[in-house]
Amino acid sequence: MGRRWTTWTGIGLTALLILFLTLPVLLSIVAGLSVNYARGLSAGLTLTWVVQVWDLYADTILRSLIVAAATLVLTLLIGVPGAYALIRRGGRVARLVEEVVTLPVAIPGLALALGLIITYGGFGTFRQSTLFIAVGHVLFTLPFMLRAVMAVLETIDWRVLDEGAASLGAPAWRRFVDVILPNIREGILAGSLTVVTLSVGEFNLTWMMHTPMTKTLPVGLADAYASMRLEIASAYTLVFLVMIVPPLVGLQMVAGPRRERLGP
Amino acid sequence: MRTRRFDLLLILPLAIFTLAFLLLPLARLGVTAAGGERGAMAFLAILTEPRYRTSLIATLLLALATTAATLAIATVAAQTLANRRFPGRGLLLSLLTFPLAFPGVVVGFLVILLGGRLGLVGSVTKAVAGTNVVFAYSLTGLFLGYLYFSVPRVLLTLLAAAEKLDPALGEAARSLGAGPLAIQRDVVLPALFPALYTGGALCFATAMGAFGTAFTLATNVDVVPMLIYTEFTLATNAAMAAALSIALGVVTWLALMLARLRATGA
Amino acid sequence: MTLTANAAPPRGAAITARGLSKSFHGTTVLHPTDLHVPAGEILVLLGPSGCGKTTLLRLIAGLERPDGPDMLRFDGEDVSALPIERRNVGMVFQSYALFPNMTVAENVAYGLRVRGMPSAERKAEAARLLALVGLEEHAGKRITAISGGQRQRCALARALAIKPRVLLLDEPLAALDAVLRERLRAEIGLLLREFGITAVYVTHDQAEAMAIGDRIAVMQAGRIAQIDRPEVIYHRPRNDFVADFVGTMNRLAGPVREGRLILDGGDETRADLPAGGPDRPAILCFRPEAARPHAGPGEEAIRARITATTFFGATQRLLVEVAGQPLRLDLPSGLAFSPGQLAAFTIEGAALLEFPRTV
Repeated sequence: MGRRWTTWTGIGLTALLILFLTLPVLLSIVAGLSVNYARGLSAGLTLTWVVQVWDLYADTILRSLIVAAATLVLTLLIGVPGAYALIRRGGRVARLVEEVVTLPVAIPGLALALGLIITYGGFGTFRQSTLFIAVGHVLFTLPFMLRAVMAVLETIDWRVLDEGAASLGAPAWRRFVDVILPNIREGILAGSLTVVTLSVGEFNLTWMMHTPMTKTLPVGLADAYASMRLEIASAYTLVFLVMIVPPLVGLQMVAGPRRERLGP
Repeated sequence: MRTRRFDLLLILPLAIFTLAFLLLPLARLGVTAAGGERGAMAFLAILTEPRYRTSLIATLLLALATTAATLAIATVAAQTLANRRFPGRGLLLSLLTFPLAFPGVVVGFLVILLGGRLGLVGSVTKAVAGTNVVFAYSLTGLFLGYLYFSVPRVLLTLLAAAEKLDPALGEAARSLGAGPLAIQRDVVLPALFPALYTGGALCFATAMGAFGTAFTLATNVDVVPMLIYTEFTLATNAAMAAALSIALGVVTWLALMLARLRATGA
Repeated sequence: MTLTANAAPPRGAAITARGLSKSFHGTTVLHPTDLHVPAGEILVLLGPSGCGKTTLLRLIAGLERPDGPDMLRFDGEDVSALPIERRNVGMVFQSYALFPNMTVAENVAYGLRVRGMPSAERKAEAARLLALVGLEEHAGKRITAISGGQRQRCALARALAIKPRVLLLDEPLAALDAVLRERLRAEIGLLLREFGITAVYVTHDQAEAMAIGDRIAVMQAGRIAQIDRPEVIYHRPRNDFVADFVGTMNRLAGPVREGRLILDGGDETRADLPAGGPDRPAILCFRPEAARPHAGPGEEAIRARITATTFFGATQRLLVEVAGQPLRLDLPSGLAFSPGQLAAFTIEGAALLEFPRTV
């Protein structure tokens, strides 16, 4: 009987899918490093385009790193205590609050950005600052931090830990810092890596919110795709890939293959 | 009551941020949408005015087609990958989920590399048949781009479900005389249904709200997010842009809500 | 084991296999095996995990593909090339593999639906089978709404509904608790005989094998070590693996001189057993229940020191020592024994076995 046609169809289709998902990335890497993409690899390899990308877009790359760092700090300060509070309270009210604060996952980034611009467009300095971009990123990534931390809190017996520390005389905030935080490290780490990956790649919100002085890497990418030669666009994409690989690999190691979904 | 104060302190940053940067802007969005020259009728205009209606229908069709194709592909791939051990499996799964982190603009560019003027498909067809096939900037390109970011998303959900499926179920169906298609219809798909439902809703919501891919490909199909962008920046019609945003947000939120109700309720 | 009173004429096919073998990734799990199961017989494949019993079952089912040139016939028809869906075999799985998206009755009727039987007809047939296994009241329920024992019977009814040529059961009771297992194994045995179907039944539980099998094939490391009626397997095991796997076996090792194995512990314990044959070192084996209390005159076979007694109701088990070798003896519980005491026993001569020394 052998393997049935369905099995072979499945293997064939899966192979095609893998090709479809990986081949364009390989093309982009090759294009970013080849002297002339139209003439193929025979023309030779070069780092010229990468250097040019640095000359043209270094500010966007650095700004993306700054925005990601600021977003991470803010989501940690807001998200970790918030997640703990929601778990501590529990019940219907906490469920409702969770529903509201995770809304940005369900609402398209464009709509969120529009709301922010309409509301804060009049605050000139804030509107034109990198912080404004970071706020947008926090809005979008906060649900992921909350979920990662809450997921871990649900698996540990935080109440026993907290009461145990209380019986030893520790005040509430010390119990949080000394006992709870060390036990949810894994969730915080997974959440942080997700936040950084999402922030570095965020486009929808940023494209609406950015000013000429607050361009991030994906905004620059859109720019390059529209106006630069293919090799530079590819080299720029290569820079982006290099930037998101470390947090992605880290995420795989922390969370394994069952990982929180990332945004568009 | 000291803990009560502590709890308030914990939630305070989250509460302030949510009020200032989520609820207030959403409220302002609503006010703006209703405050345009058409007032609350702006929402109705989405359905009555041909330009908006065409765009809405096109977006819905594209999202539905993407969802259907994604579910079909992911169902086959998940069953192929589940319970099959081979060297490099972990790396392969990483590669398959890697595109989750790509922004829509990058996905658009990858489609250009495949089917653009200097694209791989074009150069192959040129060498073989003499014609440079370019599809990146058409509806096909847009569809492939949507597929690119949708499949990995759904594949993870379906793979988890397929791995929980008892292999004996399929064997039992075979022992009773069922062929491969009957097994899919009667055993596998019913078992995968919750995952298909959740994955499908997620896929649909993402496809509805996707912007970057359409932006990069600059297709002549105006999806709703592109429409919002052009209304706001080029036509400076903030009211219409806000109305469209709210409509889009309600559709995607409803899709995800239905999926969750189904997943937890049934 | 004498349930043949209400046996029906055989409805199943005879199974004949020649040279069935299977290896996974270079490891042989089943060496070339010949097997013949007459129509209507219940054959139990018994052995520890990894002995190849499930692989043999799956080869007969058509769920695995045999390695080399092979031959598998159902009533003379060569089925080796047929996939399982065309072999018409009923299969009961350890996990039952009931379809959770269908009701009890829909599960039972599924095989008939696939065969294109009209709805009314297959409903009636499903109802008939459900009545047979005592599930008529649960016909409309979801699989998740019935108990483990009921699921087991539903799986059996589903496999029987297609009127299979051969019924294959893979550890069908392993997922149940001990009490239920004991009840159902009697029920299944009766039901299979009532049906008169050819069945191959895999288990690692020797009590189950004894209760259900017309014949038992004890499997060891990918081979059939012995295939015989249960009483023969028990009383005349061919080697010490079979002896050990089916019930408890005592061993006494010592030199045989002039046809007798004689041990003297030097601590007032001794053994003197008939062994026959030439002088040699030997191991004599016997079952615990072959021991009798030594009463009256005549030579006792064993004088042993009792180390412990366990009360089992009708019987008691004694742990004793003869010349430093431990033995387990089962005796009527009416007799008084106490630890530390010396006691004398005889062994039924016919119960003494000697195996060729393997290791």
